[in-house]
Amino acid sequence: MSEFQVDENGYYGQFGGAYIPELLYPNVKELEDNYLEIINSEAFQKEYLYLLKQYVGRPTPLYYAPNLSDKYGAHIYLKREDLNHTGAHKINNTIGQILIAKHLGKKRIIAETGAGQHGVATATVCALMNLECIVFMGEVDIKRQSPNVARMQMLGAEVVAATSGSKTLKDATNEAIRDWIQHPEETYYLIGSVVGPHPYPDMVARLQAIISEEIKWQLKEQTGKENPDTIIACVGGGSNAAGAFYHYMDDKEVQLVAVEAAGLGIDTGESAATSQLGEVGVIHGSKTILIQDEYGQIVEPYSISAGLDYPGVGPLHAHLFETKRGTFLNATDQEALDAAFELTKLEGIIPALESSHALAVLGKMDLQKDQVIVINLSGRGDKDLETYITELGKRQARGDE
Amino acid sequence: MSKLTQLFKEKPNRLCSVYFTSGYPQLNDTVSVIKGLEAAGIDFLEVGLPYSDPMADGPTIQESSAIALKNGINLDVIFKQLEEIKNQVNIPLIAMGYFNQMVRYGSEKFCEKCQSVGIETLVLPDMPMIEYEKTYKAMFAKYGLSNVFLITPQTSEERIRKIDEMTDAFIYVVASSSITGAKGSISEKQIAYFNRIKSYNLKSTLIAGFGISSKDTFDTVCEHVNGAIIGSAFVKYVGANGVNTINGFVKEIIG
Ligand SMILES: Cc1ncc(COP(=O)(O)O)c(C=O)c1O
Repeated sequence: MSEFQVDENGYYGQFGGAYIPELLYPNVKELEDNYLEIINSEAFQKEYLYLLKQYVGRPTPLYYAPNLSDKYGAHIYLKREDLNHTGAHKINNTIGQILIAKHLGKKRIIAETGAGQHGVATATVCALMNLECIVFMGEVDIKRQSPNVARMQMLGAEVVAATSGSKTLKDATNEAIRDWIQHPEETYYLIGSVVGPHPYPDMVARLQAIISEEIKWQLKEQTGKENPDTIIACVGGGSNAAGAFYHYMDDKEVQLVAVEAAGLGIDTGESAATSQLGEVGVIHGSKTILIQDEYGQIVEPYSISAGLDYPGVGPLHAHLFETKRGTFLNATDQEALDAAFELTKLEGIIPALESSHALAVLGKMDLQKDQVIVINLSGRGDKDLETYITELGKRQARGDE
Repeated sequence: MSKLTQLFKEKPNRLCSVYFTSGYPQLNDTVSVIKGLEAAGIDFLEVGLPYSDPMADGPTIQESSAIALKNGINLDVIFKQLEEIKNQVNIPLIAMGYFNQMVRYGSEKFCEKCQSVGIETLVLPDMPMIEYEKTYKAMFAKYGLSNVFLITPQTSEERIRKIDEMTDAFIYVVASSSITGAKGSISEKQIAYFNRIKSYNLKSTLIAGFGISSKDTFDTVCEHVNGAIIGSAFVKYVGANGVNTINGFVKEIIG
């Protein structure tokens, strides 16, 4: 078996597992006992793929970006996850998990959200399946991603503010877990990234794997090449990166670049670059790398991008980092903003702030003329317009073009 | 024999324990809280190790933990506070915290410190059973520490029996499917659950926790299990009233 697949105990190397209170054990066990059988069943595959095609709009294009390629002197392709229904890769996962939840007979769906993209994607599939939906979101994120809050409410979801800690994604996840503990029987916790106790990281990775499955045949069709040289994706919890890397993890000649949010800079104390600042520990039920102090207290992270503002990474990514299979880079708030404005001008595509972090490392890499690079454009920038408008104002005041 | 085992032999029912947050409401209240609770007649104590992300705890304990951390509490301070009063405390002490705190501190060093300040028992609600069996059972034993597992209304009989086998302290019976701090009375459903567990004739002492907040809930629960732990209700009380009137709070409940 691949060394990058989860083992029978739920670990990737030393990372993963299920560090959960007994209160959650029956729920997690139920999922663990059933998820593979459900996902591999013909009925599931048929419905999942049908919905991805007709409802989500897959396959998403693999777009050769001529102007970006010119600028950086390499062959750059964008995997257009931003063109998915609801505007990000998150819906690949929620379509899959909602079918699993239905199969398990669950009636009440809860989710955490940072940028609100996962919350919207969850509220969307709950509307589609007519299931009750409660989304936990940090108070800070509710403010900075307000259009998504309105979208979730319009879709019929209840949005509950998480007011503890840093009032961001970590705290929203804590609140979701607490809710799950209190409603163990009828509730399904629809996690939005490759985090949480086993089997969530593996399950979410499998549901996002459609991204690299498509890249494989699309790249072949367009270039005749079997593999790209490099794949770049941003990492919050790591689901879009896991999906983009999935079918290449064993092809060691493909460079896998994971981009974390440096916030104001790695050494400023205002950062979310987990691999650079973290140590081995346990967060949200999983052993992984996380930003913590010497006493194991989790440090509140910071990034301009709500979707990357998380003090851990999924256990798969911790393993990719530890084994050096993955190359971990990072981009600051400003570098991400600059990359967003650059892509918008060069290609006419306004990316999500999260995805902009992936774009931002192009200038930091040593690129070759014939290097084939795929960047996973995980989402679109509509939700970030307020931030972009502020940046636009600054640029206009400075007299930038 | 551990103090806890000795206690269970001498007092098989109406055991009353209190959970408190170390370093709360003030950093140095840990000491007065312990002394106050012992003097008021509490049988054993759960020393809460404040954590930034206490997954199994409700708002009361979570908030008290955040305040305690702001006050400057950490494991070294707690161990120092306990060391200070080691010779004045006679009731058994249990430490309750989260797995990451122990691992990051250095598990072996953590165990050694616990032993040296007189902690005999640990509750780490997010430590997986397989980790315990593989690594920590032996390590805890080396430092004379026993481990407490939680069970809930959803825990299967098979798993309860396995926990009973592995337990050398007591089984923590989570009284409802709930985080700590949920309030109210004891329902018929909970009583049926207690009775179901009792019908398994387990060897371990059964202590209920989560949601025990008053004389009424304490009395009801004690009709079915060996005792109960009061957590959020106490934390709320000291938060509002400080440490001087602990005696009154305890007497209200245990009479
Ligand atoms: C567009 C977009 N990209 C990336 C992320 C980060 O999540 P992950 O690392 O799981 O892909 C988010 C999360 O909200 C997002 O909305």
